[in-house]
Amino acid sequence: MVNENLVKDVVKEPYKYGFVTDIETEKIAKGLNEDIVRLISQKKDEPKYLLDFRLKAFKKWQKMDEPDWAGLGYKQIDYQDIIYYSAPKQKEKISSLDEVDPKLLETFDKLGIPLTEQKKLTNVAVDAVFDSVSIATTFREELAEHGVIFCSISEAVKNHSDLIERYLGTVVPASDNYFAALNSAVFSDGSFVYIPKGVICPMDLSSYFRINSGDSGQFERTLIIAEESSSVSYLEGCTAPMFDTNTLHAAVVELIALDDASIKYSTVQNWYSGNEQGVGGIFNFVTKRGKCLGKRSKISWSQVETGSAITWKYPSCLLLGEESVGEFYSVALTNNLQQADTGTKMIHIGPKTKSTIVSKGISAGNSTNSYRGLVKMGTKATGSRNYSQCDSMLIGDQASANTFPYIKSQQPNSEIEHEASTCRISEEQLFYLQSRGIEFEEAISMMVSGFCRDVFNQLPMEFAAEADKLLALKLEGSVG
Amino acid sequence: MLSQMKESDPILEIDNLFASTDNLPILKGVSLTVYPGEIHAIMGRNGCGKSTLSKIIAGHPSYNTTNGDIKFLGENINSLEPEERSQSGIFLGFQYPIEIPGVSNLEFLRVSTNARRKFLKKEELDTFDFEELVKEKLELVKMDQAFLSRSVNQGFSGGEKKRNEILQMALLEPRIAILDETDSGLDIDALRIVASGIKKISNTQTGIILITHYQRLLDEIEPNYVHVMADGQIIKTGGSDLALELEKKGYEWTDNFVKET
Repeated sequence: MVNENLVKDVVKEPYKYGFVTDIETEKIAKGLNEDIVRLISQKKDEPKYLLDFRLKAFKKWQKMDEPDWAGLGYKQIDYQDIIYYSAPKQKEKISSLDEVDPKLLETFDKLGIPLTEQKKLTNVAVDAVFDSVSIATTFREELAEHGVIFCSISEAVKNHSDLIERYLGTVVPASDNYFAALNSAVFSDGSFVYIPKGVICPMDLSSYFRINSGDSGQFERTLIIAEESSSVSYLEGCTAPMFDTNTLHAAVVELIALDDASIKYSTVQNWYSGNEQGVGGIFNFVTKRGKCLGKRSKISWSQVETGSAITWKYPSCLLLGEESVGEFYSVALTNNLQQADTGTKMIHIGPKTKSTIVSKGISAGNSTNSYRGLVKMGTKATGSRNYSQCDSMLIGDQASANTFPYIKSQQPNSEIEHEASTCRISEEQLFYLQSRGIEFEEAISMMVSGFCRDVFNQLPMEFAAEADKLLALKLEGSVG
Repeated sequence: MLSQMKESDPILEIDNLFASTDNLPILKGVSLTVYPGEIHAIMGRNGCGKSTLSKIIAGHPSYNTTNGDIKFLGENINSLEPEERSQSGIFLGFQYPIEIPGVSNLEFLRVSTNARRKFLKKEELDTFDFEELVKEKLELVKMDQAFLSRSVNQGFSGGEKKRNEILQMALLEPRIAILDETDSGLDIDALRIVASGIKKISNTQTGIILITHYQRLLDEIEPNYVHVMADGQIIKTGGSDLALELEKKGYEWTDNFVKET
């Protein structure tokens, strides 16, 4: 048995993003009804088709029940006790960054995402979302030269309405599930990306989501369209202050890849996860799905999930185009009383489609960490292949890990392979490393990052280093 | 402390050591002193406490010292963590080296070596400098560079694991090395390689404790002292001829000593 106290010390997590920005915000009244939906749409000055989309979604949501199949334990969410729109007060129209409230810029500075011209990250374009609105997007002009559109989704509604009308809700229909329907009714902002035909996006694109208020939910929506023979790598980061109440985050992400296009979507999710007693933290109910519409198109999800009190998230791929490829690489680390139920769905529809799933779950403390995934071979998916590997690592003897693979095949001429393993960091492994001069904490961190190597190798360079640090931090003790 | 030590002072002094695991007494009064340059062999039946003694010196958390002291370079080490013991120059070669999936052998060796170097106030090595150093040491145990890119001990054959242990000893340059059945599971060629590696690494500053069942390792590395352990105690100490006698007469011969004491 591993020395329990030492392990407890090591997995204690200091959360360094827990500060609150003191800023005047414009909030609407708590609660959800048709008027609220209309009000959000009106605030954003939306065209009628979008208001109709929202109202339809709201009606569907009212008839739906909150899903309970994941067996997550949490106090019932009171949807009438949430504020559905909260935005920092600033001038109506901002023409340059100089007009953005310095407090907001400072917040993103502190989070390591500087936005100003002098300080901005040089190799990544960033869309910074604060509560319900997008604050700024960097490198827009440079990207525009290549025909790449990268802006907030509210802006896209105004300036690229045709694309929004054509694609919004085509991958994740409003009625897809309870949380997707809720998002479709009340989404406030998010990012929009359009990569034109033949363009290899010249830099990584990134959205940074910050929840600041304690009583408002965040409902962002992201839409990425990659035209024929284009490619893009997109990164997403998330943090929130420490509140002792739970905040709801219900996002929808839709990806569309046409012939020979490729989209790589990477997430480092570090929402506040609550304290050691499980008080507070973000409820993260997210629907992410990509549609490989074109031949030989490719969508690759990679995620490092370390935060949130509850994570409910299954980034999926619909493989329609012949020879299209879907990938899912995931590391989920849970500690204390965190619950994670995450995985993917690979729906093989077209012939000769291929998918790969690599999932690594690490559970420490009293947490629960489950992989839940579906691999489906449709009747036309002849010559298609899937390979899944799901590994779990347990730290201490109070944590639990589960694997729920669902496999459905309607096509005999297809292959599905599934491998799973569970391991525990053993006292003998720790002693071996320690007896070679390596300190206890570093020994755990070495083993955890070794366990995650296959997934980290899939992350963009700067993200991989970040992820390694984040895991080490999550596992760092209070000593020193 | 180090500078005040005379060359003739002992490296390791174990004085009347009692230890137990899960309240089960394993060591029942072991005393052993090792001076620089000395090679000690400890022999004995399975379960006599040889491996436990080696783990206790290295600081394994499963064992409790109930009485007695272990002094290393004149200082009591009872309260030191395993990593502190390693950094200060105690090395345990494992009987069954542990596999660590996903952690590259090269990185493991580098972090380990740097921890020791930091203690010695030597400059820590970056990947490039370390690769130079490790290449040199690989020669000693006739290991291929391909070992470095694999996960620590994972999928290594028995012989490869033992050679990897000796490689670690070469890199860490310990003051005392306790080699727990380093010869078990080795064929004759591998045994020679390991033995010659140990000889090349050891010097007049190092103390070595060889824990073994067999004479064949002692044919390669001649010990100054041979200790026979039974039921948690050292029951007889002699020169290298004691091992030969033991080989001839078997452990049954030693049962009489237990009765005598």
